[in-house]
Amino acid sequence: MKVNGEALRLEHPVSLREFLDTHGYSTGRVAVERNGEIVPSGSYPTVMLSDADTLEIVHFVGGG
Amino acid sequence: MTKHDYDAMLIERHGQRVFETLSRAYVGIAGLGGLGSNIAMMLARSGVGHLLLVDFDKVEPSNLNRQHYIVSHLGLQKTEALKSLILQANPFIHLDTIDTYITEDNASDIFSGCDLVCEAFDKAENKAMLINTLLLQNPQLTVLSGSGMAGYGSSNTIRTEKVMSRLYLCGDKTSGIESGISLMAPRVQICAAHEANMALRLLLGIEEV
Repeated sequence: MKVNGEALRLEHPVSLREFLDTHGYSTGRVAVERNGEIVPSGSYPTVMLSDADTLEIVHFVGGG
Repeated sequence: MTKHDYDAMLIERHGQRVFETLSRAYVGIAGLGGLGSNIAMMLARSGVGHLLLVDFDKVEPSNLNRQHYIVSHLGLQKTEALKSLILQANPFIHLDTIDTYITEDNASDIFSGCDLVCEAFDKAENKAMLINTLLLQNPQLTVLSGSGMAGYGSSNTIRTEKVMSRLYLCGDKTSGIESGISLMAPRVQICAAHEANMALRLLLGIEEV
């Protein structure tokens, strides 16, 4: 799969929620586009990722 | 000074096409702190015709180190304080203000009429909430966001990137207040200027960063 422009091998199917957790993202601070479509945050636990997916993950930091 | 004088000043500097396009534009600013107060001032000076300013908060002393407010604004609603400042720079702009806390339940309605929305919140969770809500519920909207501008690190790490089909991200993406670095005027204003300039580019039909 491709994550933020970089190739990454997905060894076994995981939910988006699990992927975010294991890669250090805080789910309350991200926006995720999967194959060009924004994913509602409530669907993170049920969206299953495949090795063919392209993800864009924006992890926001505070300040403004 | 009349509206005719003001418009003539803008046309002389920007040209007729840019003037007319920006005059017709309607941009929403979500949050009127360090990012939002500066973005709004820059868009107003550039001749954007119509702004929607949204914030629930009042001006307090801790705002003065980076936000556009001055001592006489302390205690005023940010919407009112910013409106008074903007009108001194551009007396003919059309300003709408809403004093409310933006949530996932009201964001879509508040910004539904805008051409663009500039996210200008302080907390990372609120930034994520607004971006997710608007990208999901307002399919015609393009959104600009600021993330990573704390401290006094190099100016040159603050960039504009198109990170999703309708999301532009400005900032260095890492310097957050969570790490204990405080916000200072220069980098906050650099980031605000990135958002404002990308907003102008999009309004003028340019999608590249």
